[in-house]
Amino acid sequence: MSLAITKVGMPKWGLSMKVGQILEWLVDEGATVDSGTEIVEVETEKIAGAIEAPAAGVLRRRVAGSGESIPVGGLVAVIADEATSDGDIDAFVAEFQANFVPPEEGEEAGPSTEKVEIGGISLRYLRLGEGEPALVLLHGFGGDLNNWLFNSPALSEHRTVYALDLPGHGGSTKIDGGFKDLVDAVAGFLDELGVERAHLAGHSMGGAVALQYALDNPDRVASLVLIDSAALGDEINADYINGFLSAAKRRELKDVLKLLFANPDLVTRQMVDEVLKYKRLDGVKEALEALASDLFPEGRQMVVLASRLGEVQAPVLVIWGAADRILPLAHAQGLPENVRVEVLDGQGHSPHMEAANEVNRLIGKFLDEEGV
Amino acid sequence: MARKITYMQAINEALDQEMTRDETVVVFGEDVVGGTGSPGEDDAWGGVLGVTKGLKAKHPNQILDTPISESAFIGAAAGAACSGLRPVAELMFVDFMGVCFDQIYNQAAKFRYMFGGKARTPLVIRTMWGAGIRAASQHSQSLYPIFTHVPGLKVAIPSNPYDAKGLLIASIRDDDPVIFFENKVLYSVEGDVPEESYVVPLGEANVVREGGDVTVVAIGRMVSLAEQAAEGLAQDGIEVEIIDPRTTSPLDTDTIFESVENTGRLVVVDEANPRCSLAADISAQVTQECFSALKAAPQMVTAPHTPPPFSPVLEDEYVPSAQRIADAVRETVGGRVGQPA
Repeated sequence: MSLAITKVGMPKWGLSMKVGQILEWLVDEGATVDSGTEIVEVETEKIAGAIEAPAAGVLRRRVAGSGESIPVGGLVAVIADEATSDGDIDAFVAEFQANFVPPEEGEEAGPSTEKVEIGGISLRYLRLGEGEPALVLLHGFGGDLNNWLFNSPALSEHRTVYALDLPGHGGSTKIDGGFKDLVDAVAGFLDELGVERAHLAGHSMGGAVALQYALDNPDRVASLVLIDSAALGDEINADYINGFLSAAKRRELKDVLKLLFANPDLVTRQMVDEVLKYKRLDGVKEALEALASDLFPEGRQMVVLASRLGEVQAPVLVIWGAADRILPLAHAQGLPENVRVEVLDGQGHSPHMEAANEVNRLIGKFLDEEGV
Repeated sequence: MARKITYMQAINEALDQEMTRDETVVVFGEDVVGGTGSPGEDDAWGGVLGVTKGLKAKHPNQILDTPISESAFIGAAAGAACSGLRPVAELMFVDFMGVCFDQIYNQAAKFRYMFGGKARTPLVIRTMWGAGIRAASQHSQSLYPIFTHVPGLKVAIPSNPYDAKGLLIASIRDDDPVIFFENKVLYSVEGDVPEESYVVPLGEANVVREGGDVTVVAIGRMVSLAEQAAEGLAQDGIEVEIIDPRTTSPLDTDTIFESVENTGRLVVVDEANPRCSLAADISAQVTQECFSALKAAPQMVTAPHTPPPFSPVLEDEYVPSAQRIADAVRETVGGRVGQPA
């Protein structure tokens, strides 16, 4: 059997993913692909995403058709060179299918979250990978550590990744606090876990937290990644904040969550359900209202740190979806010289979810080049 | 952080957390502790099927056994609710409600109205319903239509562990009397339930499954049977939208009407007897409000107009099945899905 045969497997996006359903093939059988070419769209319970070719070659076999479900780790496609015979491909598929054991229903596969107590507040976090400096991921308003489901596995290949639930969010304590409490929580978290120096990556409100921490603690930050970040201008789409706060029913909330993405079809029932269940938890309403009134009163951002970006000594990467409907692209323009800016055409407010592979590559490259 | 627990554990956890949060929340009923006043183990029962087991140790001053007199302790609960406590009374089987019905429908339900809106009656009565455990007709009825009929009462009927916890917390915090229906067959069913406290609002239906061909409204235990039926129907290209009202009073008619406006077809699945049932009520309301959208006569899948039989063979036939639900759905589409009706 040729060594040039490469398996394309069903990836595991997020802790709870068990199967993925083939939505649409993007590449025909027989077509040549590069490493990184998106070859098939897959839908999970939470979100849809694309699987990339892990190696260059010819897409020799699509193992499943549209609508079929494949367990995590199962065979999706086969890439090989042109010289490999069809017989060898058949044998590869047959051997894989004969030996493949899908993960058991209910089996706790993969890492689980942990909690740490800081000043009377419990913070939930996920830790993946090994290597210093660690990368700390900070989600946006109303989000949680699962927003990084497409990113944390890839980014943890070369370093420790911590994805954190900020206070008031996810599995962390629901406090009625403001912006300063979020920054203090991150500081307390890094102290408690003994993280001397870290890369910080923040999305939206999490970007504002990361930036404030970097300004306050220049010695502790190796680099800063700001994705469609808050605090780089005073405009914000108040419909999103107000809609997120007030939506009580699935359909209302679905319309609000669509603002997060360029492609509204990415908002699945499961995603809406999870946000709705979060919003019903005791203390969440008060926590989000307190944050919103501190950070975004009357439809404007109160914390604007764009003019201080030049003070950040660590390398800074700003990533922005050009079609962001919550924070305008203008906030990524005219930034100081020390800031590298990557604009993703056709992407919305959440490129780390919607264009995860591209964002992972940008962050990986930035950390490799600037990493200390 | 959610983890898998049973429907029964979810109810126990809701009581535990609410008793911790608010010391005016008190739990009482027959054997909810078990063994009070007799030699032997304290907390011997925790209710006839063990739902409240363990609460005595955590909240010794907020839970107590009552004499076997429903008329006395349900009356006491109504009075306690009027005078500053938030009682959660356990009335073992809803079939026993007859002996204390006056306290519920003629007293507790009316205080808010009789006293010009000034009286609050934050009372919860937890009770078991439904056939399926070979307990004969005096322990197996689905009597929620009787309580849904009475103005001033709220009626919650959770179909899964997540809703059981959130609806019970909502019921305890509500200032009106709520009759909380627990299905005994569902007690052992597991589901994802957050560890933290949360509220599932009373009067908000859950769209369990989306589909464009037929709306199926299913109540309590019937929801999972409707889901089974929908799986099979989807194989034949019939897409069913399943709505779980979660509470029958208040009833989220907006969600039901909106769905029927889209599908034009309605099936209601209700384990209660058919006359004056939720199946009859929802079918009537939809017929009146969505008449021009309807493409077929609404179908009702219910128990027959008899008490639940003791014979296991007959009891299994008595309760609506996934097959009967699927047949009713097919009746509404008449084999012409996708074609103009």
